[in-house]
Parts: sequence; structure tokens; C-alpha cells
Amino acid sequence: VLVRFKLNGREIEIDARPDRRAVDLLREDLGLTGGKEGCGAGECGACSILVDGVSKLSCLMLAAQLEGRTITTIEGLSAGEELHPIQQAFVSRGAIQCGFCSPGMVIAAVDLLQRNPNPERGEIRRALSGNLCRCTGYQKIVDAVEAAAREMRAEA
Amino acid sequence: MRRVMLPASLEELWALRKEHPDALVMAGGTDLLVRMREMKKDLRPVIVLERIEELQQIELNGSEIIIGAMTSHQQLMDSSLIARHIPALGQAAAMVGSPAIRHMGTMGGNICTASPAGDTLPPLYALQAQVELAGPEGGRTMGVEEFIRGPGSVDLKQGEILKKVKIPLPGAGVSSSYYKVGQRKALAISVCSMAVFMQMNGGKYVEEARIAWGSVGPTVMRFPEADARLQGSQLSASVLREYGEAASRLVAPLSDIRASAGYRRMLVANLPLRLLA
Repeated sequence: VLVRFKLNGREIEIDARPDRRAVDLLREDLGLTGGKEGCGAGECGACSILVDGVSKLSCLMLAAQLEGRTITTIEGLSAGEELHPIQQAFVSRGAIQCGFCSPGMVIAAVDLLQRNPNPERGEIRRALSGNLCRCTGYQKIVDAVEAAAREMRAEA
Repeated sequence: MRRVMLPASLEELWALRKEHPDALVMAGGTDLLVRMREMKKDLRPVIVLERIEELQQIELNGSEIIIGAMTSHQQLMDSSLIARHIPALGQAAAMVGSPAIRHMGTMGGNICTASPAGDTLPPLYALQAQVELAGPEGGRTMGVEEFIRGPGSVDLKQGEILKKVKIPLPGAGVSSSYYKVGQRKALAISVCSMAVFMQMNGGKYVEEARIAWGSVGPTVMRFPEADARLQGSQLSASVLREYGEAASRLVAPLSDIRASAGYRRMLVANLPLRLLA
């Protein structure tokens, strides 16, 4: 069936099996391989996307559920070559090692800073608690989100 | 290929369920879609409830708080009505899964999944919630403890869905709270949980206590006789220890990958002391 939705600012229409998982539709049919499938069961957060601005797990959504929604993947956060402040903070603070979790971490951080532009470290940890990272030990990721929040408040 | 349908109203839902009596009904999908991956040969259609507005509300109606079945855990956490009158439910919602899971998972889904470890269930038992079911022929209402029959089993008849939950508005002097022990702080299935409804008389003596236990039996468990013995007492360590010891003899925990039955009994004996913290 045809599924119509807004993807990273662009209206799209794609013929998809309605029971295809959103993560497969995005990665395999649309080539947006930024978000990853880690566990496929809602435990790791690597496949996070924004649905109407709210973080959700694309491995636990069906293609048909995208109909009419506004979807932002990690690819939709930067403006051309200019990174989103959260992405930039991850780079500047060395909050990345293998990179597998990074797209999901950044999406979770976007969701947090929309709700709470001035989070404490404990709140940042809780907001990232659904995203597993097996490399960094999390400290630098928390540092990056803290720095991005400061930066975004200064810009606002 | 599996058909997926997203009705926009209850009327559309009844028509679709009549047409596809074998269809699976999906709320937030955080449990169902994980299970569906394991049922490769099962191609039953799926009806998703997320677009039905009649299932989404949190409101005060006279002496009842009404919560639509498709209310997400995040919405429970964010509701000032819930924070003010029935904080145990908001606290429990905050302990479900992770932020993204809480944006997707719903209270109705948590109830109908009927896991003894479901976080929103002990508060609903302690708050004496009623569930309202709806079907093409009309509705019926019953207590949540009657609705949940056993692990994974609820009293839904063919074609029916859980429509809303109704919680009696607690009076003055009532507090409610939720405590959970898991293996970690996020994405943890509870090892033992406790929801407490407490009405105090003059801020000092227990007028009425209702305590509900999760993950220590086939369903959430309540012990009205043990609760009644708290009546008239002041909450002290010795009173709560006595209650906890009584409850720990009444629960029916299993040993599983998360904890042993013996450890769970110890938690039941000791968790009530958190009320003093």
C-alpha cells in the first residue's frame, strides 16, 4: 500500500508492505542508514527516530503507522554540512567511539532538550537511559548533551 | 503479508473487527511487536488503536478520574491531575522501560498484557480502579482485579476492547506512592513492586491502607486483612515491619532469571519501611 508521510522536511510517498517495520522501510527502502537496528526489541535505542517531534523506536513501529506523520531521522537534523548543535557537541567532546549508538543518543537528546532546555546531569542520564553504548562509558555523552544544552540556550 | 488497519473512531473499529474477527489489536506495540517477530507464520491482520481519539483523555469527572486506554506512560507522567491526586500512578509510569518506550506504550496495553510485573498495575489495584470495556453491543465495567484473571489473561470477550480506566478521586488526607526494585534503573522488569494508598486521620493515624504487590504472584496481590491491621496505628518501623512480615508470608513469588522467590519475600518484608523515608 502507499504510505505518505513527511520525512526530514520532504513529503514522500512510498509503496510498502504495511507490516514492514519502520526501521526496515527507512534503512532498506529509503537508504537512511543512520539509525541502526541493535536489539530489534526496544531495549537499546539505536533505531530511535522522532515521530511528530517525539522520540520513538522504529523497530517497534509498522510502516502503516508512519502515514500522515512527520518523521525526523538523524539524517534530517543537520542543515547541509552544518551539524545540529547536539551533533557538533558529540564531535567536540569526543562522545563517539564506534558510532553505532550515536544516532539514537542524539535523537534522545533532541527529545530531552525540547522538553527541558536546562537539564541537570541526572536528568540527562535518565533521558539517555534507553540508549545503550558499549564503548564510551557514557560520561562524554552526558558532557556533550550538557554542552549542547548550554549552547542552544545561548543561541535562543 | 499482514494487513494493518488504523481506524480513526470506535465505530470504524467495530466494523473492522466484525470483518476481521481474528485480527490482533495493538495499542503502543512495545510488547506485541516483539512477540510478533517470533510468530513468523502468523499472518493475522493487526488493528492499531493509536488514531482513535475517544481512547485518549485524562480528565476529572465528578468524583472520578477518567483515563483513556491509549494514554501513554509519558502522558501519565506529565499530567498535573495525576500528580496531584494519584501520584502513585505517575510514579509507576515513570518507571516503565525507557523514555522512547514511555512515548509509545500505553496504560491500556500495560493492563491487557496483564504481566504480574506491569508497573501501572499495582497503583491501579491500590487505587481501586474500575475498567470500562466497550464492544459493538455496548459496554461493561468491573474492578481491575476482576478484569485481570492471571498472567497474560484478561476478561475481554470477542470484539471487546478496554476503553478507559476510572479511578475514584481520593479524599483529603490521602497519599499514594509506588516503589519498585529492579535489576537496574532503566529498562528493568520489576523484581518486586509495591503501591500504597494511605488515608491518614489527623495526619497521624492510619484511617485506611491499601497496599498492592507486583511481581510476587501470578497477578498483582492484595491482602485486605493485613491492610486492615494497619488501621488506627501510627506508621512506625515496628508497625511496618510487622505488616511486611505478614505480607511476605502471603505472597506467592516464583524464582526466575531475575530473582529467587526467597529474595522476593525479603523485599516484601522490607519494602514497607520505605514509607518512613
